[in-house]
Amino acid sequence: MTFSAERRTAGDAETEGAATIGPDSLGRCPLPRSQYGQIVMGHGGGGRLSADLIERLFVPAFGGDVLERMEDQAILRLGHGASTSNGKLAPRLAFTTDGFVVKPLFFPGGDIGKLAVCGTVNDLAVGGAEPLYLAAAFILEEGFTISELARIARSMRAACDEAGVTLVTGDTKVVDRGKGDQVFITTSGIGLVPDGRELSIRSARPGDCVLVSGTMGDHGVTIMSVREGIAFDTELESDCAPLIGLTRAMLAACPSIRAMRDPTRGGLASVLNELASASKVGVRLDESSVPVRLEVRAACEMLGLDPLYVANEGKLIAVVPRDDAPRLLEAMRSHPLGREAAIIGEIVADHPGMVTLRSTIGERILTMAAGEQLPRIC
Amino acid sequence: MKHVDEFRDGQAARKLAAAIARAATRPWTLMEVCGGQTHSIVRYGIDQLLPGGVELVHGPGCPVCVTPLETIDRAHAIASHPGVIFCSFGDMLRVPGSRGDLLQLKAQGADVRIVYSPLDAVNLAAANPDRPVVFFAIGFETTAPPNAMAVWIAKKRKLANFSVLVSHVLVPPAIAAILDAPGNRVQAFLGPGHVCTVVGYEDYEKLSAQYRVPIVVTGFEPVDLLEGVLLAIRQLEQGRAEVENAYARVVDRQGNPHSLKLVNEVFEVCDRKWRGIGLIPSSGLRLRPEYRDHDAEQIFEVDDIETCESSVCISGEILRGLKKPHDCPAFGRECTPHSPLGATMVSSEGACAAYYAHGRHLELVALT
Repeated sequence: MTFSAERRTAGDAETEGAATIGPDSLGRCPLPRSQYGQIVMGHGGGGRLSADLIERLFVPAFGGDVLERMEDQAILRLGHGASTSNGKLAPRLAFTTDGFVVKPLFFPGGDIGKLAVCGTVNDLAVGGAEPLYLAAAFILEEGFTISELARIARSMRAACDEAGVTLVTGDTKVVDRGKGDQVFITTSGIGLVPDGRELSIRSARPGDCVLVSGTMGDHGVTIMSVREGIAFDTELESDCAPLIGLTRAMLAACPSIRAMRDPTRGGLASVLNELASASKVGVRLDESSVPVRLEVRAACEMLGLDPLYVANEGKLIAVVPRDDAPRLLEAMRSHPLGREAAIIGEIVADHPGMVTLRSTIGERILTMAAGEQLPRIC
Repeated sequence: MKHVDEFRDGQAARKLAAAIARAATRPWTLMEVCGGQTHSIVRYGIDQLLPGGVELVHGPGCPVCVTPLETIDRAHAIASHPGVIFCSFGDMLRVPGSRGDLLQLKAQGADVRIVYSPLDAVNLAAANPDRPVVFFAIGFETTAPPNAMAVWIAKKRKLANFSVLVSHVLVPPAIAAILDAPGNRVQAFLGPGHVCTVVGYEDYEKLSAQYRVPIVVTGFEPVDLLEGVLLAIRQLEQGRAEVENAYARVVDRQGNPHSLKLVNEVFEVCDRKWRGIGLIPSSGLRLRPEYRDHDAEQIFEVDDIETCESSVCISGEILRGLKKPHDCPAFGRECTPHSPLGATMVSSEGACAAYYAHGRHLELVALT
């Protein structure tokens, strides 16, 4: 993903207001810092801390219209929009990159290699692009076994074949034992966006429907279930999969799709907050329509987590004009990766920048994830 | 999902809300004691289902919130000791002390680990015999049994490198302190369901009789909470003051005798300072002398702890039910979970954090 961390939601005045009650009015009190002087784990959590890092450090450093759009991929017209000699517009390139540091490396339903291919393919696919080529950089820790690396490479190849992309270039670096954690992988990918296709998280309009391609939280809960110190028995598998087949089928059936996103870190709630914020609309979800596996719900109840904030690696959300929603839903359900697709809510004009969830009891606001989801004490 | 869905059923909730509206003939103020209950109330909008005159105020039952700042600073000092493996429940990591939080200490090189059970910390001590392993033992009566078990096992296994930094607190003295405080407006309590699972509710019967205050032992799901409110309102309307158990599927009057025996074996009652409230006599637990070899406070000498709380923060009044997060000018503005000014915003169990997590700051903006 290309700097795809979250934008802040409307009304979140934590920094703007900080000037009014500052250190002076608090005497010599050691105020908790809102900005860490060092990187903490939450900076990688996909929530507000990640967003702060991007907005305050990277965007100012690099600037530029494309980066500031904060899409999952950069879409670039080659030749600066100029026409080619035959009078057609130059092709548009989709470009993205993503780093992978998952632990454990191998988990039910996937491994770091499959994740690295799918993550980048999916960031291209949800932009409406046809992914073509990938690059991969491996940072290997001294002592990591060749057999495990070979297993990861085989898995990456299988995922490339499934997605119809070719890994065409790469790099390998080795760091001293203890200076890395077995293997880190960064993949970058390019694809082409067919003319006439304009997907953007800024395009949602009141009256549109929000669809999701399947159950929420499978990946995140699977990873937690095999993590040291917390392991619990479950039949769950990660949903990690390349979504290009699904997005192709969706766009063929329904070219009017306005936006797609894959709800990875930060989950469904964070992605929809980004969408609401970028499109300046409200999102209203119906809790009973959001598909969540029983095992995922039960694990989240036990750990004090909310499945709507848990990561997915083979799911997407789509926004489509209401009249086209049934057709899109049918197309999604006809695809193996969209069998449990559902219409989960609507785009509304009320409360722009805000996501709400209607349950049988009432309606509540889903805010953006604060940082890492930490299991609670009780 | 069984055991969950039936307690989140909209129809059942509305029925109970209607019964509450019929039962309440005048305004009443109820306090839910637990942070978990507060969270559920805000998450499902239970307070908004109640008739106008019935107000829920939020109690001190957030273990992270009430852990004093100096204890957190002490934890940070211990975690900074070379060689120490410092273990904690996840939500303590974000709590800022006077000089940053445990996540920052970890970033600076301290070996800080999230554990999901204190017994994991005991196992870490066994696996690392040459390193001190410290577990941050905080919480109410609910976490006292597993923490006691960890110390008991460590002693039995002669794991001299295992210790606990104890900051345990007890609910009944805090309820008494709230009722004794000038300006108290709480007329009935929704009792702490999970605390009572461990200790039962005989102590609450004494409180109820002494202060003539209704206490309804209450669960954490929407239907549980509304049932608790209904029983409390009926008591108030009928002039009764007793303990009722609205969480009988989990809570027995006697509690869990096995757990209690273990807690009494390892811990003894002591005075304890509560963040935002102050010292409450006989409101805490500390290790008994025969277990002090596992007391991190004894093992690690930490001096020079000077703390200072934000002068803006009203968390003390929030924890005593005198004010609500909305009443604070800093709420959702200078004070957010990302940069908390005080106790009730630092923990995910805190009332201010609950209001923030469920977007009550956004409602404020939308309304004004």
